[in-house]
Amino acid sequence: MNDDSRFLTLTPEEWTAVALSLEVALKSILFSLPIAILVGWLLGRRRFFGKSVVDAFVHLPFVLPPVVTGYVLLLLFGVKGPVGSLLNDWFGFRFAFTTAGATLATAVMTFPLMVRAIRLSAGAVDRGLEDAARTLGAGPLDRFFSITLPLMIPGIAAAAMTAFAAALGEFGAVITFAASIPGETQTLPLAIYGALQVPGGEETAARLSIVSFILALTALFASERIAHRTHVLQG
Amino acid sequence: MIRIDIARQLGAFRLAAAFEVQARGATVVFGASGAGKSCLLAAIAGLVKPDSGQIEIAGETLFDSARAIDVAAEARRVGFVFQEARLFPHMSVRANLEYGSKRRKEHKAAVRFDDVVALLGIAGLMERRPRTLSGGEKQRVAIGRALLSNPRLLLLDEPLASLDDPRKAEILPFLERLRDEIGIPMLYVTHSMDEVARIADHLVLLDQGKVVAAGSPGELSGRLDLPLLIDRPDVGAILLGQVAAQDEARGVTRVAVGATEFLLSHIDLPPTHPVRLRVLARDVAIATQRPEGLSVQNVLSCRLTALVDRPNGRCLLQLDLGGASLLALLTADSARRLHLQAGQDVFALVKSVASSALV
Repeated sequence: MNDDSRFLTLTPEEWTAVALSLEVALKSILFSLPIAILVGWLLGRRRFFGKSVVDAFVHLPFVLPPVVTGYVLLLLFGVKGPVGSLLNDWFGFRFAFTTAGATLATAVMTFPLMVRAIRLSAGAVDRGLEDAARTLGAGPLDRFFSITLPLMIPGIAAAAMTAFAAALGEFGAVITFAASIPGETQTLPLAIYGALQVPGGEETAARLSIVSFILALTALFASERIAHRTHVLQG
Repeated sequence: MIRIDIARQLGAFRLAAAFEVQARGATVVFGASGAGKSCLLAAIAGLVKPDSGQIEIAGETLFDSARAIDVAAEARRVGFVFQEARLFPHMSVRANLEYGSKRRKEHKAAVRFDDVVALLGIAGLMERRPRTLSGGEKQRVAIGRALLSNPRLLLLDEPLASLDDPRKAEILPFLERLRDEIGIPMLYVTHSMDEVARIADHLVLLDQGKVVAAGSPGELSGRLDLPLLIDRPDVGAILLGQVAAQDEARGVTRVAVGATEFLLSHIDLPPTHPVRLRVLARDVAIATQRPEGLSVQNVLSCRLTALVDRPNGRCLLQLDLGGASLLALLTADSARRLHLQAGQDVFALVKSVASSALV
């Protein structure tokens, strides 16, 4: 093996970070997508009391320093926090310093990104089509699942892929809430940061940075493709 | 019966429409843009809630503000054909057609899928996506989709308005067959007199949110007191007649209207078959004595029953054909020159007649 190929080969520890990043990103999207669709639809299509408050609240993680978001999560979901202590007492389930915690922090951080895109796609659905469905006998839920949701799919898919790309890079909230535990909460950016803190870690940092770069680009391209394909499919 | 009596305020505009029509055949609601026609249909369908009033179809109350009845649009069984077809873009033509029928399975279908597809000529489009259809094809599929949802009333909101003339000509025969072959009553909104002439069994005139007249197209189109009908370049009478005889030698068809007969270019229909005629007032000239040596085929003896002055030195005449009314538009100067007066017997020279067959 020459030096070049060794540089391009990931160590088992680095692989763990990559795999964990993908797992955390994927789970966080799956977990928050249904909620993001509901909230995006509510904000894009309905008028209700306190809408601007909900809107601002949803966007908080977008504008707050990520460290603050992580700290708030720690206060709420930490073992001594009001939610965290209940979960711990009743189910023995802990968010803080676990993979689930990294996933939660990532989900909270990418949530506004998804809601923004889904909200736009919900607002763009032609209400005339929903009226047509009404006259054909479709009730509210039926209309949502047979007309509104399918027509939102391009926006939802693009939102999910963009959020996935962003999720791979979540740093501040994750390290604050879940810390940097290899194999547990140490995702790619945390591993890169960690590597840079020790002497001789530059090579690891560079390799993982290249991986990050490739993953992010792939996700963005995929998001473009999905949006394009579904647009074509739906005319 | 279909009974409508609703009021709705929309900013400065007020819709206050009340009328009653038979729950069969085609009722055309005619009015200019902004007369409240679309709002009226949306209220009947349940897409818009009136401020007050009642809506009743064949004995069932769909809306009654006094009794707090407001049946949801999805439960009204009122089909709606929109101006822009509004097909679901993510479904095939077949899935669009089946969307309504799948959701109203409990009701026995009044029409069969294959019959509707054949009637509308859309059998070859089944697996296509709406975006690949022409405007006329889209509208036919939209009509089929509404029909197949088992409606007890079909609402059509200017279904031809967004189409060009060739496409209109393509759809109109389907609408006529729909009226004549399928027993679902239609409420058809338009601002086109052509469509009124070809489709209307009953006519409701809507002007600035109010019903100004309702009745048969023949009766209303022969009146001189309805600005909505006579303030148009294509003012004219709609006549309901029937085939009296075929004159094979001359290649013409005799059509009986009231006490008189029209000669038309051959139409291939058996005797006694109903025929609609439309005679524009500007295509009718008047003679006080029977003229000789004319190329005009239809010279009808009739009585001048009324005349009114019109702008631009014109004069509009109402002529009684013995049970049917014809209109003639002359210059006021001609009317003076001929000393035309109500009650006088005259001859109407009809230069052109448009006809369409009724089943």
